[in-house]
Amino acid sequence: MSRRFGRTRALHDVSLTCGPGEALALVGPNGAGKSTLLTLLSTLGRPTSGAILFDGRSAAAWGPALRARFGVLGHDVSLYPELSARENLTFFGRLFGAPDLGSRVQHALASAGLEKRADAPVATFSRGMRQRLAIERALLHGPDILLFDEPFTGLDESASESLIARLAGARDAGACILFSSHDFEHAERIATRVARLDAGRLSWLSGSGPLRDRYRQAEHRDSPQL
Amino acid sequence: MKILAAAWLIARKDFTIEARSREIIATAAFFAVACVLVFAFSLVREGRAPEGVAAGVLWIGIAFSGTLSLARLFERERAHDTLRTLLLAPVERPAVYLGKLLAVVMLMAAVGAVLLPFTGFLFDQGVIGAAPGLALVMVLGILGYAAVGTLFAAMLGRSRSRDVLLPVLLYPMTVPVLIAGVRATAALLDAAGPDWATARLWIGVLAAFDAVFVTLALWTFEAVMEE
Repeated sequence: MSRRFGRTRALHDVSLTCGPGEALALVGPNGAGKSTLLTLLSTLGRPTSGAILFDGRSAAAWGPALRARFGVLGHDVSLYPELSARENLTFFGRLFGAPDLGSRVQHALASAGLEKRADAPVATFSRGMRQRLAIERALLHGPDILLFDEPFTGLDESASESLIARLAGARDAGACILFSSHDFEHAERIATRVARLDAGRLSWLSGSGPLRDRYRQAEHRDSPQL
Repeated sequence: MKILAAAWLIARKDFTIEARSREIIATAAFFAVACVLVFAFSLVREGRAPEGVAAGVLWIGIAFSGTLSLARLFERERAHDTLRTLLLAPVERPAVYLGKLLAVVMLMAAVGAVLLPFTGFLFDQGVIGAAPGLALVMVLGILGYAAVGTLFAAMLGRSRSRDVLLPVLLYPMTVPVLIAGVRATAALLDAAGPDWATARLWIGVLAAFDAVFVTLALWTFEAVMEE
């Protein structure tokens, strides 16, 4: 698929697949098109040409039901600062049709380490606390397609370890994960494959193995291998 | 989740936030009251205002304070990128539009409920006799104004010039609603008693505009919100 914004080419002939139990790390410099790709995959935009298929069907053919399968974490935390952690989770949980919401919210608060601050406004939280809550918000309804944009932003080492465990657990349970990251140390513990984007083009798509080594090799390669 | 249930959930969330901050209602009401006060000092002489002026002043106050409410309500969603997450909910996307529209209408109606008796008092217009008719005109006028405003405010959420563009786009589009609102209100505030025949005609025009604007907005919302 390709995506243009006026005369700017954000993505050009990008072709990828991601299946159940796979975690695809999107890497590349700023402005390479990683966030645009995740936005299109989340159905918040459409490709200018080409198509995105989910289990062989387009988003239009799926209808709104497809979005219940998505867990999306964007650049911003997407939480209401005036509401408490519990109220944020309850609101988004209801909107996304999460079953057994009370116990899910309690479990999410525990996973985020926010049980003691559950009823405090999110405005009083640190960046890391907000990020942990945002991750739980994205996972609350049990999605099986996870689209995470720089999920390690603002997390300390312990919270990063916790996120790695959560994402690895979701991957092993059959979720399909696409995430962008500049942090190879963390990314390679989750990713089963890595895709590098450069100026909107998919310049490199790996198989398995240590990501950092392969990424560096690819950077020094004259002709990109797809 | 059904579309109306999702819309109510979104609107209720906005009410909860507004009940805590009172930011929009206080700003919009203060602005509207100040606007009416300035017009009253300028137009009312020896306790008498020129005939038909009160209706125009009332709708200027509602329209300008409505723009403030619209801008602030969507700024809250934009500042923390929450509108994207609302659009990702597994419901028909017009539910997001309906939820925001409901919140805007309720906020504008609350301001209107303060503004109507205040304007009546300052311009020496009896509003009690025609209260049900005036309430209907206010609700229909506010709905038409908010229907267009909610669509534009949502659409301009990612634009850097949104604060400038919103009134530039909104006021010309809502001129028919404002004219119908002013004429219906003026007919109901007639010094010789409410002119129900004229009011009914303009109420019908308002209802027709509302139906067209809401239908068009619901139809186009998903397309205009795509990045």
